[in-house]
Amino acid sequence: MRTLRVREAIREAMAEELERDEDVFLMGEEVGQYQGAYKVSEGLLERFGEKRVIDTPIAEAGFAGLGIGAAIVGLRPIIEFMTWNFSAVAFDQLLNNAAKLRQMSGGQLTVPIVFRGPNGSARQVGSQHSHAMEHFYCHVPGLKVVAPATAADAKGLLKSAVRDDNPVIYLESETLYSMKGEVPDGEHLVPIGKGRIAREGKDVTIIAYSRMVHVSLAAAELLLQKGIDCEVIDLRSLRPLDQDIILASVAKTHRAVVAYEGWPYGGVGAEIVDRIQRHAFDSLDAPVLRVTTMDVPMPYNANLEQLVVPQASGIVAAVERVMYRK
Amino acid sequence: MKEPRTSLDMYRMMLLIRRFEEEAARAYSLGKIGGFLHLYIGQESIAVGASHALSDGDYTVTTYRDHGLALARGMSANAAMAELFGKATGCSLGLGGSMHFFDAAHGMFGGHGIVGAHLPLATGCAFASKYRGDGRVSMVFYGEGAASIGATHEAMSLAALWKLPVVFVCENNQYAMGTSLERSLSVPDVSRKADAYGMAKDRFVADDVFTVRDRLKVAIDRARSGAGPSLVEICTYRYRGHSMSDPAKYRSKEEVEEHKGRDALTRLEASLVLDPDTKDEAGQIQAAVELEISAALRFAEESPEPSIDVLEPTTYKGEFAR
Repeated sequence: MRTLRVREAIREAMAEELERDEDVFLMGEEVGQYQGAYKVSEGLLERFGEKRVIDTPIAEAGFAGLGIGAAIVGLRPIIEFMTWNFSAVAFDQLLNNAAKLRQMSGGQLTVPIVFRGPNGSARQVGSQHSHAMEHFYCHVPGLKVVAPATAADAKGLLKSAVRDDNPVIYLESETLYSMKGEVPDGEHLVPIGKGRIAREGKDVTIIAYSRMVHVSLAAAELLLQKGIDCEVIDLRSLRPLDQDIILASVAKTHRAVVAYEGWPYGGVGAEIVDRIQRHAFDSLDAPVLRVTTMDVPMPYNANLEQLVVPQASGIVAAVERVMYRK
Repeated sequence: MKEPRTSLDMYRMMLLIRRFEEEAARAYSLGKIGGFLHLYIGQESIAVGASHALSDGDYTVTTYRDHGLALARGMSANAAMAELFGKATGCSLGLGGSMHFFDAAHGMFGGHGIVGAHLPLATGCAFASKYRGDGRVSMVFYGEGAASIGATHEAMSLAALWKLPVVFVCENNQYAMGTSLERSLSVPDVSRKADAYGMAKDRFVADDVFTVRDRLKVAIDRARSGAGPSLVEICTYRYRGHSMSDPAKYRSKEEVEEHKGRDALTRLEASLVLDPDTKDEAGQIQAAVELEISAALRFAEESPEPSIDVLEPTTYKGEFAR
């Protein structure tokens, strides 16, 4: 085991896959000479050269589509969005080309491509730079969506994503880039579609992914002081979703709270709540609650932003409600 | 040079495309074909000229008006007609329909329904060719209606910046659906867009298939040599409406007739029939094409419907992600 920051774990995954497979390349804005807008790709240009690490103009639709075109003829691109917010201008490429080319070609084409970059809220970057984009992408059959919370998973999931023959949406968090964690030595792959128990508990299941896993763990500590023992599930993968790990936990705790960034109308959390009520209705002792971003665009003001983003205090309150403590 | 053998081959393919689409239109009116059906009638010289200029292994990507290119690149009339009928034997297993003809083995990478969004794909195919140094060229076709949308320009911007082996072919058929050129473009000469990207350009009329072949060959050779992309605007005309539901009230009958008078297929046919060396074979080709089209209609009619089992494996490779 070694201790790495999340950004180093992502970089190591890319370096290992670039080293392993000549068909893999990294393309995006500022990934090369600038060393990455968030220094994730630092050193990769020097190590792998301009052929493999490619700086682009600001043209997300263009280079996302170019990556898809390269993938259908056999390359395995890693396309970096400086942030997932900017994928909105390339949304058509992901929705209509990455996700659909296989099906509308009758299975002739495969699209082995990874789109990656930071997603969700950062700190006071305003309404256009704070989107949780997973809710749009999880809706689309043909795409896979992963959102690691730890350095080990960041590395292992990215390596699996590069080797997957389907388009994978890989969501990072700016707020996690500097977080340290243990990463196994040697070849480390984490399968797409398997969640993990981040904290074992018996009273309530808190379901989260990416940054919100850490917020949920903080909430669990607060709740322990109130005598409530929470189980925290880190989904790691949103599509496919590890339904089994959710249902097994709910069968044990009989109560669930889903905590995630994103607006409350629909989205990943609503999907999870639906699956729990459909498959575990009889084992529930309380309605499943969601803790989400408030239903407004993200404000700049620091105090207001913290009110809008889901917090540990909100998770605590939701858990107390499903425990009928309040 | 107009080699007799090539003339006959080109004639056969142009006639096959025209007759294929005339019969497709008939089948559509009988309810055998659903959804959209965008006919290429009038524009055949472009797909056929291009296919004769390209090499095996080169990549082609086009719009939803894609039957002509698919046939010209080597797709069988059976697979094409069966796709229109939505059958399991279609080129895309009946999942794509008229707008999404794919035949990867013949370098036919669609058949795309979002205007302009396929230009980045072709640019990516070209990127892969340069990355591997495999000598392949990509050619992407689009209508002048796509000259205004962002993806078109982003693709050209990247292709020119990185000198990718791609040829952008604007099939300027004068109408973006029902909006005429002068009502949609501030600069009606689409080829001038190349200047902004430092790309080579060419512009000509599609009424002679050899001209199409030879002028496109120049751009293809330029791409293959590593000298970068080109924008080639080919002025053409579609005789039918935008799609089957379009009565084309935005243009006059006289205008349509004037263009039909310059029809590339009719002109080629006339030259072959007048030439004693080719007259007999031209007649044989006509008979063979009729047989091929009627066989394709029968094949499509008799083919099975796709089963629901095809849906999940064509959505994800490997296990379905739910």
